[in-house]
Amino acid sequence: MRWKSDTYSGWGRALKADGDLARPERISALKGLPPTPAFGARRSYGDACLNSDGRAIDMTRLDRILSFDPETGLVEAEAGISIGELVRLFAPAGWIPTVMPGTGFATVGGAIAMDVHGKNHHRDGAFGDHITAIRLIHQGKAKTITPDRNKSLFNATRGGLGQTGLIVSATIQMAPISGQAMKVRESRAGDLEEHLALLDASDAHYTVGWIDATARGSELGRGIVEEAEHSLDTPPKLGRAKSVPVDAPRFALSKPVVKAFNTRYFKRIPEEGRTRTRTLQDFFFPLDRVLDWNRLYGKRGFHQFQCVLPMDQTDTLHSMIEAIAGSGLASPLAVLKRLGPEGAGFLSFPTEGYTLAVDFPNRDKAQGLIRDLGEQTAAADGRIYLAKDSLADGATIRAMYPELGKWQAEAAKADPDRQLETDLIRRLNLRSA
Amino acid sequence: MQETWIILGATSSMARALSRALSEQGHALLLAGRDMEDMKRLAADCTARGAASAEAVAFDARKPATFTPLIETLSDQPGMLNAAVFVGSMPEQETIDSDPSLIDGTVTDSFTGPARFLQMMAPLMEERGGGTIVGVGSVAGDRGRLGNYVYGAAKAGFHTYLSGLRNRLTRSGGHVVTVKPGFVDTAMTWGIEGMFLVAPPEKVASDILRAVEKRKNVIYTPFFWRYIMLIIRSIPEPIFKKLSI
Repeated sequence: MRWKSDTYSGWGRALKADGDLARPERISALKGLPPTPAFGARRSYGDACLNSDGRAIDMTRLDRILSFDPETGLVEAEAGISIGELVRLFAPAGWIPTVMPGTGFATVGGAIAMDVHGKNHHRDGAFGDHITAIRLIHQGKAKTITPDRNKSLFNATRGGLGQTGLIVSATIQMAPISGQAMKVRESRAGDLEEHLALLDASDAHYTVGWIDATARGSELGRGIVEEAEHSLDTPPKLGRAKSVPVDAPRFALSKPVVKAFNTRYFKRIPEEGRTRTRTLQDFFFPLDRVLDWNRLYGKRGFHQFQCVLPMDQTDTLHSMIEAIAGSGLASPLAVLKRLGPEGAGFLSFPTEGYTLAVDFPNRDKAQGLIRDLGEQTAAADGRIYLAKDSLADGATIRAMYPELGKWQAEAAKADPDRQLETDLIRRLNLRSA
Repeated sequence: MQETWIILGATSSMARALSRALSEQGHALLLAGRDMEDMKRLAADCTARGAASAEAVAFDARKPATFTPLIETLSDQPGMLNAAVFVGSMPEQETIDSDPSLIDGTVTDSFTGPARFLQMMAPLMEERGGGTIVGVGSVAGDRGRLGNYVYGAAKAGFHTYLSGLRNRLTRSGGHVVTVKPGFVDTAMTWGIEGMFLVAPPEKVASDILRAVEKRKNVIYTPFFWRYIMLIIRSIPEPIFKKLSI
């Protein structure tokens, strides 16, 4: 296998790595390879997919469907296939992955390693809850692990940041869909209280809130709550994806621009709300229609802060949003969502409560704010999402994941020489301490 | 109507992209190459994507004994028979300079092996009065250059062969498309210095399908390589021989 020296980054582009990358196209290329960190589409934001001054394997060319049963919706696929491709291939036959992240470009391997969640977490749990088997190169040997037969290793692998071995392929239980379209109800929430009330009251299959992170005072926490069900209606035509050709200048996401945009975005929904029919792609992967949208943040890139706070910590949520709105640093991309009960993954992010995700351009002031938000999260017994983080403090993070010890034990068994460590693992010192 | 396509060199990423596109059109596929384990995975992938059937079959350009059973399998298939040839090998010119015996393998992989196979397949196509052959050559075959003239020479030979085969098959309703890719983002070009305007394999596959549909004779993919190569071919030899491009 040929190795290419390159500078690469995650989706946020704020952290970069110099290293050697291989991109195998055949399964045989993995044989005899010493343990090496792997990544998929590099859609995690920070440094989970980086290995500075070392080697990493780009898995995106190992992207084949190995079997599909149209009766049961079970699909086995190589780790490098994207979630969006599974939707494209199998939605016409009536199946989609049960849990899907906000971008269809994420790969199956990445979705497992991050145990991603979607707009239906309150109902269907996380990605790993629908994985029936993982083919893993573990201690130099390929083996198939399942949630029943290898409980501990499986729970260390889902959400396990790739530290238990190379994920080669996986079997996914997809969910049946009743139609090719989504019926989406959009409602205005005038402030945070109303926003949370709408999220709490929703019994829809998919629920997500967009939050105007620039609104202050009596409008603090306002936004739009989207509730959606599968629908038999004819979906509208999917337009061509557009791309951002160059890095945007700094003013593109400056405070007055974002504020004006958010107000328009909020007011486009009539006061009484509205119901629309949308395509699966538009609903699940709204930003995928703009390729390389991360360039809108300019050369320095951006950070995403995402935390989950227990249900009774709405005061903390309020003060966080106040701090964000007061800073004038937020971008239009901000999401508020209710998550369901905690899953079985040792390092899985989702746990019962409200999750807040906000993007910030990478500026010194934003870094300070994000660190401060991290401390508030810790004080409120909340949790920070490792797929997004690039700034948190190791001790703080380690205290947020009570099953860290079990994960460390499995990672140590799988990779005693720590050859699978990535920049994120080293920065947060996750595998020791 | 359902047709059968045999893909020679099916493990390459360009071949994979074309096989997938053909699968989505519902054709039957014979995926031919050396790495059976990998081709079985590709066959499963093609089946899931809608291929009428997809089967991995052994083919080695350097072992003509593997050709005969394939020709027999092909003759058992109903409907029109088509082939896409992606085989080829490109050892670095410096490696060849120190071991000239590598020339034989390069020429067999990139030219005489597939040509011999196509020569055996042509009568089947004539019998059925149609079918298309897609032969993947290279812009490297348009002019011999310091960097890879053995590979280029093999591809140039293949281009000429395809031109002759086109001349022959057109009489019975068949067709031959010569494809000259520029730089494509594959395992072959991964990490090689000096690559520019690199195209994804899916782009090459969609260009090939359009060329098959429109019965184009020679295509460059992406299209602008036609103009790049026009310039390179038009440089007078007294000047060209002093360049290292």
